[in-house]
Amino acid sequence: MATQSSRSAARLMMAPAVILLLGWMLVPLVMTLLFSFKKYLPLRGGDLGWVGFENYVRFVTSSAFWPSVSATLIIVGGVLIITVGLGVLLAILLNQPMWGQGIVRILVISPFFVMPTVSALVWKNMFMDPVNGLFAHIWKFFGAAPIEWLSQASMQSIILIVSWQWLPFATLILLTAIQSLDREQLEAAEMDGAAPLQRFGYVTLPHLGRAITVVVLIQTIFLLGIFAEIFVTTQGSFGTRTLTYLIYQRVLESQNVGLGSAGGVYAIILANIIAIFLMRMVGKNLDQ
Amino acid sequence: MGRITLDKVSKRFGDVEVIPPLDLTIEDGDFTVFVGPSGCGKSTLLRLIAGLEDTSGGQIRIDSQDATHVPPAKRGLAMVFQSYALYPHMSVRKNIAFPMKMAGVSEDEQNRRIDAAAKALNLTDYLDRRPGQLSGGQRQRVAIGRAIVREPAAFLFDEPLSNLDAALRVGMRLEISELHKRLRTTMIYVTHDQVEAMTMADKIVVLRAGHIEQVGSPLELYRAPRNTFVAGFIGSPKMNLIDGPEAARHGAHTIGIRPEHIDVVEENGTWQGTVGVAEHLGSDTFFHIHNTGLAETLTVRALGEVTLSHGDAIHLSPRAELIHKFDAQGLRIE
Ligand SMILES: Nc1ncnc2c1ncn2[C@@H]1O[C@H](COP(=O)(O)OP(=O)(O)OP(=O)(O)O)[C@@H](O)[C@H]1O
Ligand SMILES: [Mg+2]
Repeated sequence: MATQSSRSAARLMMAPAVILLLGWMLVPLVMTLLFSFKKYLPLRGGDLGWVGFENYVRFVTSSAFWPSVSATLIIVGGVLIITVGLGVLLAILLNQPMWGQGIVRILVISPFFVMPTVSALVWKNMFMDPVNGLFAHIWKFFGAAPIEWLSQASMQSIILIVSWQWLPFATLILLTAIQSLDREQLEAAEMDGAAPLQRFGYVTLPHLGRAITVVVLIQTIFLLGIFAEIFVTTQGSFGTRTLTYLIYQRVLESQNVGLGSAGGVYAIILANIIAIFLMRMVGKNLDQ
Repeated sequence: MGRITLDKVSKRFGDVEVIPPLDLTIEDGDFTVFVGPSGCGKSTLLRLIAGLEDTSGGQIRIDSQDATHVPPAKRGLAMVFQSYALYPHMSVRKNIAFPMKMAGVSEDEQNRRIDAAAKALNLTDYLDRRPGQLSGGQRQRVAIGRAIVREPAAFLFDEPLSNLDAALRVGMRLEISELHKRLRTTMIYVTHDQVEAMTMADKIVVLRAGHIEQVGSPLELYRAPRNTFVAGFIGSPKMNLIDGPEAARHGAHTIGIRPEHIDVVEENGTWQGTVGVAEHLGSDTFFHIHNTGLAETLTVRALGEVTLSHGDAIHLSPRAELIHKFDAQGLRIE
């Protein structure tokens, strides 16, 4: 496969796939870039010509910009901490031999199969509703005033809903990692006099390092773009307007495609900054 | 000190009794080898002594202290695992230091013991490497180093050499024997390789299905195997075990004769047959002999290079005084 002709043949054969994929990615990207330099108001005159960096300046200087960035980071960070923390715990529990292990494992995985819109609706109406929700009933049972979850604790509620959806993913990856831990290593540590917590800290956790890295990287990519959960629950109010949601509002509610596109470019930049940051911080775990 | 006594120790996994009640004493300073076929319970027995498995009955005493319910770390035993079980994310130095760190040994003392162990085991140049960057033999030495620095009452080895190639295995075998001679600490060594058992042991414990078949020094087991199982297990190549009329002629149900105790003679041998496969090792030659009129194929060891080839006729004479006799239950008749 290394001769000159076989290599150029390979290139030729791969070309259609590469061109298709490039087009798939490049066309939307280029269109976003183009629109971001235009004043484009579909219902108020359409394409009104080039405006340079005006959209970019307006997007950042809007009072909603920085709160949206921080809301995004808080949600991503909160969900990561909860899913990784609980994921490790659950993985350890599920790895213990116990009765009904198979069924319990399927139950733990099942939230992942529920669509985000559906799960957000279920949480909103069945659990967090201040009148009929399960939480409200529990609060009333103990004589407390029910909390209006989505307005009084909006951020926590959304983090809770999203964590519930992503916990199975984290648990699944971490469980497979824990299963590959050599039992003799734990036994050696036990003979060496390590207490259960020390065994966890010195043997299990380092073993999980790589899996945790994978969970953090993949979840971050998806969590930066969460939308349905916010759309269905708070509609971006009560401080839950993330960058994605802000862009959506600019394009569809304000009918300002140019401004939204500029926001889209900022979102790409933010995602890349976070990616570089993560790679620096945890990426070295991957090449051990 | 490290005298280990097992008193009616038994082990059950669910309904399966892997180790029926068993008594055994391992004297202080002895190199004891547990040997037996795969699945006979050697590892289980070792893990019971280590405390990694709970006993189903009986008592384990270490230096006449009851240790049956003492957690593994408090028994003062160190174990070397078949997979080495090194901590992959720690350097060799940290691996060796780990048990001392857990025991709260001072930093200076730690370094002193690490350096001594590294020197004894030729690991000085590798102290800053990770286990993943070492060869199998070096990893094995790190695992031994980690055991030594604890200064245990006894060492437990579970098939420590089975992942090494033949040449390295011979080398490590010597190193472990050397270590035992130097430290004079009790060692229990599990293997299914009877050559390792014969060469290293002060005392061999032959196990079958959780039962102790015989305990004794290598030569005792070689000279006077207590039953046909031990007779067939100890010695290489295997002892020839012959049933039927030939055995009855000696007043036994089964007779055994080791390949090295059968002489190749010019004529008038007790047995005559044809040569099958001949295995030439240079120092000696193993012949497999067919058509002797016996049901079994005979194995014969001839010293040096004997020029007999496939299909040749051969005359054999067993040395009468070295024939082992066994009764119908397979037990030795003196
Ligand atoms: N955790 C367990 N649960 C049930 N049965 C077990 C367990 N551990 C071992 N056994 C059984 O106990 C018997 C003895 O196992 P053990 O590991 O002690 O054998 P061994 O002599 O070390 O064999 P090998 O030479 O192959 O290592 C085997 O039949 C095995 O199937
Ligand atoms: Mg074993």
